[in-house]
Order: sequence, then structure tokens, then C-alpha cells
Amino acid sequence: MTSSARSSLASWLLKLTSIAACLLVWQAASKFRINLGVVTFTNVPAPTDVLEAAVALAQSSKVFDHVSSSLRRVGVGYVIAACLGIALGLAVGRSRRAADLLLPPLELLRPIPAVAWIPLAVLMFPSSEASMIYITFIGALFPILLNTVHGVENVDARLIASAQSLGASRGAILREVVIPAAAPSIVTGLAIGMGTSWFCLVTAEMISGQFGIGYYTWESYILQNYPDIVVGMVLIGVLGMGSSVLLRWLGARLTPWNNLEGARR
Amino acid sequence: MSGEERLTKPELGRIEAEHVSIRLGFGHQAFEAVQDVSFDVEPGELVCLIGPSGCGKSTLLGALAGHITPSGGTLKVDGLAVRGPHPDRGIVFQHHTLFPWKSALANVAFGPKMRGVPKAERKRQAIEILDLIGLGDFADRYPKQLSGGMQQRVEIARVLVNKPRLLLMDEPFGALDALTRLMMQELLLEIWARVRTTVLFVTHDIDEALFLADRIIVMTPRPGRLLEIIRVPFVRPRPAEIVATAEFGELKRHCLELLRGRQNGFPLPRLSPLGSPPQS
Repeated sequence: MTSSARSSLASWLLKLTSIAACLLVWQAASKFRINLGVVTFTNVPAPTDVLEAAVALAQSSKVFDHVSSSLRRVGVGYVIAACLGIALGLAVGRSRRAADLLLPPLELLRPIPAVAWIPLAVLMFPSSEASMIYITFIGALFPILLNTVHGVENVDARLIASAQSLGASRGAILREVVIPAAAPSIVTGLAIGMGTSWFCLVTAEMISGQFGIGYYTWESYILQNYPDIVVGMVLIGVLGMGSSVLLRWLGARLTPWNNLEGARR
Repeated sequence: MSGEERLTKPELGRIEAEHVSIRLGFGHQAFEAVQDVSFDVEPGELVCLIGPSGCGKSTLLGALAGHITPSGGTLKVDGLAVRGPHPDRGIVFQHHTLFPWKSALANVAFGPKMRGVPKAERKRQAIEILDLIGLGDFADRYPKQLSGGMQQRVEIARVLVNKPRLLLMDEPFGALDALTRLMMQELLLEIWARVRTTVLFVTHDIDEALFLADRIIVMTPRPGRLLEIIRVPFVRPRPAEIVATAEFGELKRHCLELLRGRQNGFPLPRLSPLGSPPQS
């Protein structure tokens, strides 16, 4: 075994030990019902209880309903946000007039956290399904929009000038130069937007959901199925991380020139 | 006139600059970069523009490319006033502007693509030019995978594929190491001997100008005015060794005196062919 392989093995062992230690502390804290005054583990389920609950949920049919309703809501809200955010971002970044027309209302709405929309969204949309989709949409829209604008505004002016000198029309410049040049920034916006839309969805589901992981987590609290709360939390984390990883992978596939090794001489 | 004759002596690519002035910047930061410059360039001629940095030679080039509008005078190519960028007037920048997301081949094929040339045909044209500049084997590489000299060669090929009347070059070899620069200069002369387009070449390197040019236009510090036009007498093809001849040394001394006599104070920041002075 080479020394670098040995040191990387040692590093992995250390990392695993660290996770194991955390789980062990958690297990002990909840088993002995430690009460530190400010924070208490009296009602916190132990990791072993959580594992048991997770296995039980995996074996029931409920899990499919919860996960699929959440995925559907995120899917619809996020896709609308992505389409609208990229389209608006390209328009605002490319045209001064579009920026003057579109940016002021967007700038006014931007500081309002998506979660603050929940009560109004419930009033605005007769179906609670639509209100939750709206919340995920609002959550994803701004990161995607702003990163697209940023990407478009930072396109090297020399690239655009060169394209003009090579005979490119306005439309061709958008397709052939601006969009590919802004692509890495757009992908970043899409990844951030994915995170925020999950975050917003879970919150929305806790308040007005019928199925869904956020609803499941909150329902477990109401019904005092404490281990299920943690199962819900873990599920939310896994789904959020999974979709972000998927997105970054897709982004890397779409922008292969971005990950090249340096110049050879 | 037969096609062969046209190949050796082109009829298109005449530049006529009459009393051209160019103002850059806005408000109280506005300044005159080029002042009352007049000159003519014959079709197929290779003319170098030299002058201290910030003297407006790149600005003049940008105006010919159509990226900057002169504030006074007229700028004509083949009798028509320059209006906006056009593939007939190709420009090569100091640092390459290849599209990082396109292979060398797709970069070179960009111009024909914009003209609506079918895929197979534009690929053929691009490969032909890549072979001409000696990069046929690198067609599938992305710009990042090429050396600085190769990138600049692809940049030149991308312009040449459009068969431009003017090849406008803004210190194209300024960022390359000395040896690569010499190779690129020889390559440019070799290509120019075959393609015979008009070349306007901005540089601040007197050796480079003397080695390449039919004529050298010397400009003053800001605001850039025309100081002198020097005819370079060396016969072509020129071997790299001419830089060691007495005649070369004499001309170089003359150029140096012209430039040094005018240099007052600190050098100014470089101007860009796209107008506004660079930010950094």
C-alpha cells in the first residue's frame, strides 16, 4: 500500500469514527433522558428508534404517497420557476428596456421570504395544492432569476464583439454566445433554487398539506410519533441533497468545457 | 481579370480614412483618442500602426471593425462608409476571443454557420483553413486545451474563413513569448502571401512592424495623430535574419527617435478596440 493510499484510508476512518461518535452521543443522551435545562433530550427519540421507524415506514404504502406528493409539488413549482426565471433573466440581462420594465416589481418582491407568502398564498389559491406549488415556485424563482441576470451581464464583451464581426445576428448572439457563456451561472442558480424550493415546500406542507414529507413530519409531532419526526427530517435532507446532486451532475454534463484540464504546451 | 490574377493582386480591401477623429468616454471623462487622422491603404497591403500605449491605434482599428463610431471625418472601405461590424472586416484581439464551449473546428466554422452554410460544407471549409495554419490535428480540441500560440492561430483562422477584405489585428502576438511570436509573424506572412487580404496590424513592437509591414503608420501620444508614414523597403519573402541588417537597424533607430521624442510623462493605459478604456 502506498503512503498516500494509507493516509487517505486513515482520513476515511477518522471521518467514520466522527459520525459514529455523534450517533453514540445522541443514543446515550436520549436513552439516559439527559436534561441540560436549556435543552432536553427527554422526548428525543434514539437513533435505534428512528431506524426502526424508518424500516416500518419503508414497508408501509404511506411512504410512496408522501414522497410522490412532495416530488410532484417541487417538480411543478420548480420547473415553472426555472423556465420563467431563465427567460426573464435573459431578457433583463440583455435589454436595458426589459430591465427597466421588469426589474422594479421583482426587486420589491425579492426581499419577502417565500415562507412569508404562505398565509396569502392559501387565500389566493382555492386549492391547497396550487398554493403549495406557488410557494415552491416563489422560493426557486429569485435565485434562478438573479443568477441568470448575473451570468448574462458578465458575458465577456469581446466575445459578443467577435461574434458580431463574424456575422452573428442578435438572435444568434443570444443562442450561440450569451446562453452558453451564462450557463455555469445559470446552473448555479438552478442548484440554489432547488435547495430553497425544497425548504419552502416542506414549510408549506406543514401548514396546509394533506400528504407530503413536510406534512408527515408535522403530523408525527401532533400524533406524538416522535421517531417519525426524525425519519421525516432525514427524508427531506436526502431528497433535497439528491436533487441538488442530480442538478449539478446535469449541469456538468451540459457544460463540459467548464471542467477541462488546463492548457497543454 | 482572371481568378489567378485576383489571387495575387486583390481589388477589394481599400481603406480610406479622411480626417478621422474619435471621442471616447462620457461626460467630463470624455477625451479625444484619435484626432484628424488621414491615410489610405491599398488592397492587399500590410500596414502596421505603431505608437505609444494609449495613443488610439487600437481605437482606430475598432472603428474600422465597426465597433466604435468616429466622431468626425469619414472612414471608408472600398468606397463605402463603415457602419457596424461585418464579416468582411475581421478583427483579431490581443487575447483570443474563441468560444470556450466550442471546439477549434466549431469556432472556425462559426462564420460560415452564421451565413447559413450547410454543416458538411462549413466543416470542410474550417478544416481547410485549420490545415493552412497547421492545426488540422487539433480540430477537436477545446480552446482551453490549446497553447497561447495555437489559440491565436485558431482565432486568425476563424476570421480568415470568412475571406475578409480586411484583417484587423490588435497586438495579436503581444501576449506570446518571444519565440512563439517570431513563429507567428512568419506564419502570418506565409498566410498573407497566399490569402492576400489587406492587413492592418497594431503593435508597439518596432521590430515586429518592420519585419511585417509594407508601410508603417507612426502615431503620436494622446490624442493620437498621424506622425509619419514609413515605407519599409525589404523585399519579400523576408527571412527572419533581416533584423540583423544595417538597413533594418537604421529604420529602427528612426522609428525609436520618432516615438521617444514624443513620449512625455508616464505611459497611458492601453485602449481597447471596443471603445471604453479597460477597467483594471
